[in-house]
Amino acid sequence: MRHEIKMTVNGKAVSGSVEPRTLLVQFIREHLKLTGTHVGCDTTQCGCCVVHVDGKAMKSCTMLAVQASGRTVTTIEGLAAADGTLHPMQAAFQEHHGLQCGFCTPGMVMMGVDIANRMPNADEATVRRQLEGNICRCTGYQGIVEAILDAAPKMAAAKAKA
Amino acid sequence: MKNFNYHRPSDAGAASALVSKSEEPRLLAGGMSLLPSMKLRLVAPSDIVDLGDISALKGIKVEGKEVYVGAMTCHADVAANADVKRVLPALAELADGIGDPAVRHRGTIGGSIANADPAACYPSAVVGLDATVETNKRKIPADQFFVGLFTTALEPGEIVTGVRFKAPDKAKYMKLRHPASGFAVVGVMIAKYGSNVRVAVTGAGPSVFRVPAMEKALSANFSAKALDGITIPDADLMTDIHFSAEYRANAVVVMAKRGVTAIA
Ligand SMILES: Cc1cc2nc3c(=O)[nH]c(=O)nc-3n(C[C@H](O)[C@H](O)[C@H](O)COP(=O)(O)OP(=O)(O)OC[C@H]3O[C@@H](n4cnc5c(N)ncnc54)[C@H](O)[C@@H]3O)c2cc1C
Ligand code: FES
Ligand code: FES
Repeated sequence: MRHEIKMTVNGKAVSGSVEPRTLLVQFIREHLKLTGTHVGCDTTQCGCCVVHVDGKAMKSCTMLAVQASGRTVTTIEGLAAADGTLHPMQAAFQEHHGLQCGFCTPGMVMMGVDIANRMPNADEATVRRQLEGNICRCTGYQGIVEAILDAAPKMAAAKAKA
Repeated sequence: MKNFNYHRPSDAGAASALVSKSEEPRLLAGGMSLLPSMKLRLVAPSDIVDLGDISALKGIKVEGKEVYVGAMTCHADVAANADVKRVLPALAELADGIGDPAVRHRGTIGGSIANADPAACYPSAVVGLDATVETNKRKIPADQFFVGLFTTALEPGEIVTGVRFKAPDKAKYMKLRHPASGFAVVGVMIAKYGSNVRVAVTGAGPSVFRVPAMEKALSANFSAKALDGITIPDADLMTDIHFSAEYRANAVVVMAKRGVTAIA
């Protein structure tokens, strides 16, 4: 049996018809054609598929699309401003060379934003521990950690101003 | 993953009715254990009853020394709850050490204890903190809840509604993390209630267990020294490619000593 699902993705109302077993990441990539969200492991380990559901980081390979029906989802495509200005976390990844091949990057950035939202003053050890569920096989993490440490207070300052 | 029928009821009564009508039903909580095992086709339910919309199963209530955690409360919410941090910090720390932030945003206490993974953290809290598991049918004392490897006292279709903990004077959860998975190679919950001490061990055996010799020694003298000479028989402990039963037996004592030292 197929289910008609509706959710808000990157600020837009979307709908679709899915089998119950369709994963959220499949719905995002194959139905909505938002291919920024990646699948690295499909076993809840690597974090390439991290998106925000109702504002919180979740692994979209381990959630059913039907579970996300009625919820609000943000993917990597939803971070930059409409005019293309990068989100402070994206800008910091660029600035600090927080990526090489880029495969893990969408998940890293989405997790980085989640960490910054929860703990704007996190220190390096905390950021490293918070990244436990996101695996990068290229960078050695140094640039990723620096980017998050740089962007987190900037995001907090921007929020305070708004 | 094999296909299934999907239901998302808004109260526990409806969930229970759906379960009794279905051929091979499974409750779905955070999905952090169930969905991976469905992908591997280790389980192939005919019907998934998603508890995600049952708001009555979510939330934390702290009254005096009693800490009630609703079954559908995620690990991140337990870890961040100010009242839990104040009254029962060991529980908040335990929840904060489960998996990673994305897992903690979805995984729930009800799912964790119903699953009864031998390497899961929460079972040591349920048993060590003398909790009562509440279901839609009854109240189950901690010492009767965990029966064996991935096995609990729950009847088919019985729904955990919440867990009621008794906050001790002090408690500490010490976990030897598996370096890859983050699960407990060995996890020890030490809890001191007046002159009465409980010690519950997860990760080491097929199911959580108490260590009466340690409880007796620590009740008489709450110091790491009191544990000198106590050994854990390794006959019933788990062996895998990473850690032998002998290693785990030793780690139980090491973790217990570190836990006691941290709060003595
Ligand atoms: C990468 C990763 C790392 C992890 N690391 C750890 C760790 O370090 N420590 C740890 O303890 N755990 C760890 N886990 C497991 C995690 O805590 C799971 O969330 C938990 O074991 C299962 O909870 P869930 O809510 O996701 O349940 P689900 O996966 O939804 O369900 C699990 C089982 O419980 C049943 N069930 C669920 N809710 C109820 C209920 N209310 N009543 C009756 N039955 C119910 C389901 O039918 C199913 O059989 C990890 C998981 C992952 C993916
Ligand atoms: S693809 Fe989801 S965690 Fe790796
Ligand atoms: S940049 Fe290549 S996996 Fe992280």
